[in-house]
Amino acid sequence: MKQAGYMATRLMVKGRLARMKVLLVLLLIFCFLGIQEAGDARAAQAPPEIQAEIAGLITKSRKIRAEAALSLAKRGDPKLLSLLLALREGSLYVWKPAEGEARVVIGGDTVKKGDKEFVPLLEAYSKKPILDEQGKPLLITVDQLQEIRAGRQIRRAIRPYISRLKNAAQFLSPDPNIRRAAATRMARLRDPKLIPILRKFLASESHWLSRNALEEAIALIEMKDADARIRQAAAKKLGEIRGLNAVDDLKTAAGLIAGNKGDADPAVRAEAKNAIDEIDYYQSWTSLADTLFRGASLGSILLLMALGLAIVFGLMGVINMAHGELMMIGAYATFIVQGFFISYLPENLFGLFFIMALPAAFVAAALVGYLMEVSIIRHLYGRPLETLLTTWGISLVLQQAVRQVFGAQNVDVKSPSWLSGGYHLMIGVQFPYNRLFIIGLAFVCVAGTYLFLFRTWAGMRIRAVTQNREMSTCLGVSSRRVDAWTFAFGAGLAGLAGAALSQIGNVGPDLGQNYIVDSFMVVVTGGVGKLMGSIVAGLGLGGMNKMLEPAMGAVFSKVAILMMIILFLQRRPEGLFATRARGA
Amino acid sequence: MQRELISRRLEEKFGRAFLIAAALFFVVLMPSLNAFASPDSMLHISGFTLNLFGKYLAYAILALGLDLIWGYTGILSLGHGIFFGLGAYCMGMYLALAIGAEGVYKSVLPDFMVWNQVKELPIFWKPFQSFPFTLAAVVIVPSLFAAGFGFLVFRTRIRGVYFAIITQALALSAWLVFNRNEMNLGGTNGLTGFKKILGYELSSDGTQRGLYIATAIVLCGAYLLCRSIVNSRAGRILLAIRDAEGRVLYSGYTPSHYKLFVFTVSAALAGIAGALYAPQVGIITPGRIGVLPSIEMVIWVAVGGRGTLIGAIIGAISVNWARSFLTSNFPNYWLYFQGGMFIFVVHFMPDGIVGLVRGLPEFTRKLMGKRNHSAQAPSGDPKAARD
Repeated sequence: MKQAGYMATRLMVKGRLARMKVLLVLLLIFCFLGIQEAGDARAAQAPPEIQAEIAGLITKSRKIRAEAALSLAKRGDPKLLSLLLALREGSLYVWKPAEGEARVVIGGDTVKKGDKEFVPLLEAYSKKPILDEQGKPLLITVDQLQEIRAGRQIRRAIRPYISRLKNAAQFLSPDPNIRRAAATRMARLRDPKLIPILRKFLASESHWLSRNALEEAIALIEMKDADARIRQAAAKKLGEIRGLNAVDDLKTAAGLIAGNKGDADPAVRAEAKNAIDEIDYYQSWTSLADTLFRGASLGSILLLMALGLAIVFGLMGVINMAHGELMMIGAYATFIVQGFFISYLPENLFGLFFIMALPAAFVAAALVGYLMEVSIIRHLYGRPLETLLTTWGISLVLQQAVRQVFGAQNVDVKSPSWLSGGYHLMIGVQFPYNRLFIIGLAFVCVAGTYLFLFRTWAGMRIRAVTQNREMSTCLGVSSRRVDAWTFAFGAGLAGLAGAALSQIGNVGPDLGQNYIVDSFMVVVTGGVGKLMGSIVAGLGLGGMNKMLEPAMGAVFSKVAILMMIILFLQRRPEGLFATRARGA
Repeated sequence: MQRELISRRLEEKFGRAFLIAAALFFVVLMPSLNAFASPDSMLHISGFTLNLFGKYLAYAILALGLDLIWGYTGILSLGHGIFFGLGAYCMGMYLALAIGAEGVYKSVLPDFMVWNQVKELPIFWKPFQSFPFTLAAVVIVPSLFAAGFGFLVFRTRIRGVYFAIITQALALSAWLVFNRNEMNLGGTNGLTGFKKILGYELSSDGTQRGLYIATAIVLCGAYLLCRSIVNSRAGRILLAIRDAEGRVLYSGYTPSHYKLFVFTVSAALAGIAGALYAPQVGIITPGRIGVLPSIEMVIWVAVGGRGTLIGAIIGAISVNWARSFLTSNFPNYWLYFQGGMFIFVVHFMPDGIVGLVRGLPEFTRKLMGKRNHSAQAPSGDPKAARD
């Protein structure tokens, strides 16, 4: 008793701390947004000589206009890129405000209001939206603007500068992934003239992955050098830096490709062979890491799905065939929350929708589960086969209901930006954030369920009813209420699983059917009544599936696993961790 | 006591008359109305309707087998679609080969093989050129599969929901496997484009009528077979296994042998049903194998009344008739209806239609009794009695 009280206080303190942390993070985000805006304001003003050249575009003389455009392009200032692009696309305008001089502006995407089309305006240099008196973006009808025409000659003259600026803009991008992609694209050109540029960026590059991509690009270009020593050094370098994109080039150089003798110099051939061996060895590690991760990912999904199922099955001996449809409800709840964020909340809060969707999915599915229990399943205890058929019926009804409300097509649930992309563990191994998130969520759910079952009074009641229903009833536990709440809890976990699945798969009316059999397999293999069984079985089956998949294909690995489960049950009919479950 | 005995005798006699009448109706009357009644008369049964009923009767054969294992032995199999599919695919392979070189590509090989660039007939297809072999395979292939699977599963006393779940997983795997092109079974599209059976054109009315009559006769035979099993000593042990497996075990019987036997018979019946289904419907796809069709079969038995053979037949015919009616008239509501059926039947009609009919005399007696002695308290709320 005393300990429980202590636990409760500790939990409350923890809760307060967590709330403060969330507030702090939110505060930081807002501060950051503010700082960014202030910085933009400072950089808004263009240097006077650039301003003069931009003003030179406002002229009737085609020659002066061409000169101004060309000298702007030659400056190589990345900030001028959008101006040049606008010039090329014919969305650069001269705008004469009611008071003040005519200025050069960039026209944004047209907005339709009524039957008139309006253009929002952006500053030519800073791309800041031009605001009206009320601080809203200024909208101007097209006939108030005068397009700055760029003839074919001007367009052709500025084209190379634009593409150079584009590349430079990518190398200077704050996102290392974009810088890396730029380096990889440069490498494909195999242009020796690029080497000094790449070296320049390499000197200032700090992110290890982008450095790797730049080094790889340089070495790849150097593989075509006339000097055999440089080629040899490049091959050696490619081996050292694990140039995964260079395998084909190295194979050609080593003479491993039929119909090609390889490099003229034997030393280069040997070095290339060496490099290939090195990369191959490295790749065996990356593929191992990849398989392990995908196994863990699938396993955590299975675990998340099977957790609720196992609790309900363990407690009440109820086979809930509608568990998949409860996941579907969780996924659709995520969709609804997303819709709410899109229509009612400012855009910069959109990333938070998924965080809000998790509790919503839990509550929605739990509510449906609760209603199912009190209206139908309650009357069928002790008859597991009948509950199986009934819950299957419920699943059909739920499916059709969702199909009629939301349509038979899949709905589009977006990933928040903080879940896109991935964590690079090492070169060639990327763990997508959404998968990592699901693994984390599975861990949190398992831990939460453990705490709930073993550290709370409600959990103790659930365990008591699971172990001996009659005795707990005698001792004053309302087993009916426990049943209903446990069923709702299990359903809520299914809802969470559904919300997680919305990030990696399609959300449609038949979402549940695709997963239900797999999650049952986890429960059967794990054994009834012990959470540990479901955890081990979920992770084990997920890992095994991903290990067999490369060799056997998705379908036959699934069949093989089923066979293994049947053979496994020969030795342990009660599953991995069997307890004496009540009547199951 | 005496009255009850008399009523049971009456029921038996009445039941037998009803059965013979029903058999005559399906075997003789329906095809002759199709063949001899003039198309304008009220009594005429169109070829389409007869074909539809041929399909229902094939389903009824399967339902008989399912009832044998679920209704009598208490084992819920959610994988009977596999056995049905195995039978249907065996027959489908014969039919696909029987068209000879008349396919779209004028090749001896079935069209989908030409499409998939298979050069030679796969070895397991070859025996299906012979009709007697096909007939044997229709029974043997599903039986062997069921026996192998059943041996592994029953030996370890996997039962109840565990058995149901494992058979469901098996149905899913079978569906996945049959969908694969490299199995050389037509992949997702299945086997279709049948033209001839034993040299007769499948599209002619006469052949379809013959197939219908064959199905009806096989159904009668299957009924008699199941009845003899149920009424034998073994049948009683099946019931005993359903009600108290432990006691059967302690009485010196080996339940797993009986279970294996009944599971195999049930699979064989499903295979025969599939073989009769394929030529009448003209196509067999993996869609008939998976999780969904397998569990639908269970509801046929539940609706008709499990634990009674006639109930399985009534259930298969009535549910499928309702399905044809609803899917063509209210396509959006069929799933509601089906789901509702699962819930409603389990809750309120545990003995199905047959249970309702059986309860009718007692119900009317009670109703009359109530009217005569209205002072008497109502003696039985049917729900309370069940609980």
